[in-house]
Amino acid sequence: MTVQEAAEGLHSASPSPVSASPTAGPATARVPRRRRVVLTPYFLLIPAVAVLALAMGYPLVWQIITSMQQFGLAQQFGQPAPFVWFDNYARLAADPYLWTVILRSILFCFVTAAMTMAVGTLVALLLNVVGPVVKVVIQIAMLLAWAMPVVAAMTIWNWLFDWRRGVVNWLLTSMGFDFQDHNWLQNPLSFFFVAMIIVVWMSVPFVAFSVYAGLTQVSGEVLEAAQMDGASARQRFWNIVVPIIRPVLGIVLLLQVIWDLRVFTQIKLLQDAGSIASDTNLLGTYIFQLGTGSSNFGMASAVSIFVLVLTVGISAFYVRTMLKEEES
Amino acid sequence: MSSQIARVGGTPLPRRSSGARRATASRTAGRPRASRYLYGAIGIVVALIWIFPVYWMINSAMLPNVVLQSKTPTFLPFGGSLDNFVAVVSGGTFLPALGMSVVIALIVVACCLFFAFLAALAISRFHFRGRKGFVLAVLFIQMLPAEGLFIAQYKLMASVNLLNTVLGVSIIYIAAVVPFTIWMLRGFVAGIPADLEEAAMVDGLSRTQAFLRITFPLLAPGLVASGVYAFLQAWNEFTVALVVLQDNSSQTLPLWLRGFIQASVSKAIDWGQVMAASTLVAIPVIVFFLFVQGRMTSGLVSGAVKG
Repeated sequence: MTVQEAAEGLHSASPSPVSASPTAGPATARVPRRRRVVLTPYFLLIPAVAVLALAMGYPLVWQIITSMQQFGLAQQFGQPAPFVWFDNYARLAADPYLWTVILRSILFCFVTAAMTMAVGTLVALLLNVVGPVVKVVIQIAMLLAWAMPVVAAMTIWNWLFDWRRGVVNWLLTSMGFDFQDHNWLQNPLSFFFVAMIIVVWMSVPFVAFSVYAGLTQVSGEVLEAAQMDGASARQRFWNIVVPIIRPVLGIVLLLQVIWDLRVFTQIKLLQDAGSIASDTNLLGTYIFQLGTGSSNFGMASAVSIFVLVLTVGISAFYVRTMLKEEES
Repeated sequence: MSSQIARVGGTPLPRRSSGARRATASRTAGRPRASRYLYGAIGIVVALIWIFPVYWMINSAMLPNVVLQSKTPTFLPFGGSLDNFVAVVSGGTFLPALGMSVVIALIVVACCLFFAFLAALAISRFHFRGRKGFVLAVLFIQMLPAEGLFIAQYKLMASVNLLNTVLGVSIIYIAAVVPFTIWMLRGFVAGIPADLEEAAMVDGLSRTQAFLRITFPLLAPGLVASGVYAFLQAWNEFTVALVVLQDNSSQTLPLWLRGFIQASVSKAIDWGQVMAASTLVAIPVIVFFLFVQGRMTSGLVSGAVKG
């Protein structure tokens, strides 16, 4: 592919000077055509670049500028926004609430991502050892859970954890615990516990299928040889299987971290179902509250920039891996 | 060369290498019978946990509210009916929201496919200055969280009077979905050898003709996969819709569903109807998802899986 591309690039990029000189007629006809060939890729990119510049680029620039302005309710009604340089950032850095939210987000992200990875990998290992019928049953269940639209899934989980008639409370109560009319969303800790269960339920299928695909690359012969040489199951897993599936695990973990860091829909919809927003805000819902709730666009922009920088930083590794694949 | 990519349907299904299958077979054969049953039992429990919420949605959707309000839950929808579905559809707010979602999804799919296809062509068929920069930008933009930009996008749409409009939200969706669609289609376009086109050109077709008659038909599966991806994104999107479509009359289906969750705080709502509503929103997604997942392998991790 690379060779071909290079060859083609060469072919289209260098208007051969030899053909241009001898006869004037064909040459003039030819030169513009060659030039058009060179310009073609740029024309092809115009629509995509235009829509990205409009809906991503412009807001991004606006956001960077606004994050350095005092932009609140008064500016909403047309007053000019005074330029305050890094005041918003300084105020945020000094705000203990923001640090609480950041810490909460990071903690939630890491615990949830770790749980997802652990459960997903275990399910993948399970897929590898069960019989064909059970395997298909698990795969169908996982696919259905994966396919559920987020908001639909959230209404289901709200119903499962409903304090009046939710099946979770019923189940726990009938198992002998007192969960009659227990409201899960009131206490921040149990709120995040419920949020974690939901996010794990939604993300495990992707992890399980990806890791399972990685596991199919582990050769059975090698494992058998190791077994004959006296390696225990644990040794075989950590010394043979894990090194082979490490690249998959790395990428999947990275994606989980990125996705769990920006988790918004689940948190927002659980808050909607009745909990105190200030006790349960993560970065996404905090920006939402700053921006649409209190119209403090300067501060909201500053927090957004922080989130963007964080995401881009974490994504860099992922992008590098994808680029490597692109060039191969 | 991994040619098929998808975030959504990225399901590498079991039919992989024969070596792996042999490995599984020999390993399970050597295992004592008891542990095989144990693994099977664990597997069934895992499957039940993952399928239960989906089952519960459909089960509740079929049951009347009287039954759902009783102290003990009813686990089988015997004696159930489709009354909840009828009530939801005839409720007056569902159909406008459905219309909104369908129109937005169609616009996003059409524009994304067209824009992304042109761009994918550029980066996989031409070598030009700035190509690498563009690919890099596409990959990074693809990772940007909606939560990091939605306030600014809200202000943009407010400043050009496009709040609560199909056009406004569609533009943002297209920009959000087009990077990954480009990345996905790039794989498909690159998987079709340029030699084919060149051979056709030698036979007297113009570049455009060669492309339309030779490459384009081969691309159909890729276009379908990317189109489904774009559809699912637009259909399920919640975050941007929440800020850009604040008017009740311009709700999409996810926002419409959210209304039920909000209502559940203050009053005992009819969960049967909510679950019927969720089922209606989920069905097209599940159908599409199952329809495409078989022909796609995971692109997000394909580089890593190939090793």
